[in-house]
Amino acid sequence: MAALLDVSSLTKRFGGLVAVNDVSFSVREREILSIIGPNGAGKSTLFKLISSFLRPTSGEVRFKGESISNLAPHIAARKGVVRTFQETTIFKSMTVRDNVIIAHHLRSKASLLGFFVGTATARDDEAGFAASADDILDLVGLSPVAGEIAQNLPHGHLRALGIAIGLATNPSILLLDEPFAGMNHDETNRMIAMVRRLRDLGLTILLVEHDMPAVMKISDRIVVLNFGTKIAEGTPSEIQENEKVIEAYLGSEDEAIGL
Amino acid sequence: MRKPARLLWTALFLVAVFILVPLLIMASGRADLYYTFTSVALLSIASAGVWLTFYIGRINIGQGAFALMGGYVSAILVVTYGWSFWATIPAAGLFCAAASVLIGLPILRLRGVYFAMVTLVLTEVARLLALALPITNGAKGMVSIPSPGSLSLFGFTIIPDFATLKNPRLAFYLLAVTLMVLCFGIIYRLVHSRIGKLCQSLQQSEELASSIGVNIAYLRVVAYAVSSFFGGVAGAIFVAISQSIYPSSFTVTDSINFMLNCFLGGLGYVFGPMLGTLVLYFGWDLLFETGKFQLLIYSTAMIVLMLVLPNGLLSLGMGPKEGLKRGRTA
Ligand SMILES: Nc1ncnc2c1ncn2[C@@H]1O[C@H](COP(=O)(O)OP(=O)(O)OP(=O)(O)O)[C@@H](O)[C@H]1O
Ligand SMILES: [Mg+2]
Repeated sequence: MAALLDVSSLTKRFGGLVAVNDVSFSVREREILSIIGPNGAGKSTLFKLISSFLRPTSGEVRFKGESISNLAPHIAARKGVVRTFQETTIFKSMTVRDNVIIAHHLRSKASLLGFFVGTATARDDEAGFAASADDILDLVGLSPVAGEIAQNLPHGHLRALGIAIGLATNPSILLLDEPFAGMNHDETNRMIAMVRRLRDLGLTILLVEHDMPAVMKISDRIVVLNFGTKIAEGTPSEIQENEKVIEAYLGSEDEAIGL
Repeated sequence: MRKPARLLWTALFLVAVFILVPLLIMASGRADLYYTFTSVALLSIASAGVWLTFYIGRINIGQGAFALMGGYVSAILVVTYGWSFWATIPAAGLFCAAASVLIGLPILRLRGVYFAMVTLVLTEVARLLALALPITNGAKGMVSIPSPGSLSLFGFTIIPDFATLKNPRLAFYLLAVTLMVLCFGIIYRLVHSRIGKLCQSLQQSEELASSIGVNIAYLRVVAYAVSSFFGGVAGAIFVAISQSIYPSSFTVTDSINFMLNCFLGGLGYVFGPMLGTLVLYFGWDLLFETGKFQLLIYSTAMIVLMLVLPNGLLSLGMGPKEGLKRGRTA
C-alpha cells in the first residue's frame, strides 16, 4: 500500500534536550498507527511536528509526497493533516453545535467579506455546515447535548467533541493525542469502536496513547519511542514480544517506583 | 432576539437618537448639550474599536494613538493639502488601518498583559511623534482648521457648508451619531456573521483555531485594522469640531477610558461600549461637583461596579448573548 505520510529523520531539539531524535516511519492510507513510549519520550512533540505546530530542527514530514514541515499549522490543516489536543482544548463558551460548525471553516467557499455581506455563497456555506455538523454530532454520539455550552460537558463527551471538531475539517489524516486518557473501561471500548468507524469511513488515524490494552486492540501497527528515539516498529504482537520495548517499559516502571 | 423585536428596538433607538435627543436639547435650551452628546457618540465609536480587539482576546489600551493619528491625518490633509473634510474621514480611517497592520503584525503575537503594555506605550509614542515631526507642527499643534465645507455628489448638495449653518452644533451632532450608528451596525454585523464566531474562536483558543484551519495571524490583523479604522474616524471628526489638534489631544487617559467604557458596558455585548461611554462620560461630569474627590469616588465606583457586575452593565438586562463572558475565575 502507498504511504500517505512519510516521516524522515525527524529531529527536534529544545536547547540541549533532544526531544525527538532522528525518527523515521511511514503511515499508510486507512491504517491506525499508534505511537507509544514512556512519559517524556517525545510523543506529543512528534505530533506537533507532524501537524506543523512546531518546526523540526532537521528532517522533514511529507504528506502525499509533498513536504509540510515548514508550513503554518492552518495550511497543514488545509492540506488534510489535522490534530486534536491532549488537553481538552475546545471553544468552551460556545455550544457544542457551534464548536463543530465553526470547525467547518476550511470548507467555506465564501470569503470573509462574503460572510460579512451575507452573499448567497455564504448562506449556502452556513446551511451546509449546519447540516454536516449535525451528521458529525450524530456520528460521535453528541446529538443529545448539541445545545449545551461546551464547558459544561462531562469529560468523556469533551473528548468526543475534540474529535468532532477535527472531523469537521474534513481531514485525510487525523492525529489523536491520548484519546482514551481518563476513560473507564466502557468509555474506552466505545471510543475504540468510534475510531474504527472513522477508519472505515476512509480516514487514516495516528494516535498517541498510554493505555496499552487499548493500543494493542485498536492498532494496525505501532511505533515505539524512548528518549526521543524510535526503538521499534511493528504489529501489536511483534511489539509485545520486542526485547527493547519490554526493557524500556520496565526501566520506566523502575523509576516510577523509585528504584 | 427575534427579528421583529430587533427591528422594533432599532427603530426606537434611531428615533431617540435622531429626533428625541435634539428635541429635548432644544426644549432644555442648553445648546452645550449638543457638544456633550456629540462627544459621547464619537468616543463610543473609538470604544467600539477597542471592544472588537477584546473580542479576539486582546486588551487594547492604545486606541488613543489611532484617534490622535486620525485627527492629524484629517487636519494635515485639510490644512496643508486643501482636501475636503469629507474625504479625510475615510482617509484618516484607512491611514490608521494601514498603520495598525504594520504595528499589529509583530505585536499581535503577544497576549494578555504583554499586548496591553505595548499598546499603552503606543499612545505615548504617538504623542511624542506628534511633538517631533515637522508636519504636525510640534507642541504648537494645528489651529484654525476650517470647518467642514459642503459635500455634493453628482451636482446635488448632500451636506451644506457647515460655516453657513445656523446651528452647526446640531449638524455635528447628527454627523457623529450617523457615524456611530454606521459603526455599530458594522460591528453588529461582524459579530453576528461567521467572522464573529471566528473571532470568538481566537479568543478562546488560538491553538485550536489554527488546528481547524483558521489563519489566526490574518484574522487578528483584520480585527485590529477595523478597530483602528474606528479610532481614526473618531479622531478626524473631533478635530473638525474643535478646529484644532495638539499632541495632547488624545492621551493615555483617553486610551484607558476607551477600554473602561468596554468593561463597564459589557464585553459580551455589541452595544456595551456605547452604554459604557454614555455612563462614564456623564458619571465623570456629575462628580465634578465633588471637587478633589472626583477621581477617588469615580475609581471606587468603577471597582465596585466591576466586582458586582463582572459582565458589564448590559448583563443586568439580558442573558449572556454574544457568548463572550468574563467570568470571575477565567
Ligand atoms: N516547548 C518545549 N520546550 C522545552 N522542552 C520541551 C518542550 N516541549 C516538550 N519538551 C520536552 O521534550 C520532552 C518530550 O516531551 P513530550 O511532551 O513530547 O513527551 P510525551 O512523550 O508526549 O510525554 P507524555 O507521555 O508525558 O505526554 C520532555 O522532556 C519535555 O520536557
Ligand atoms: Mg504527551
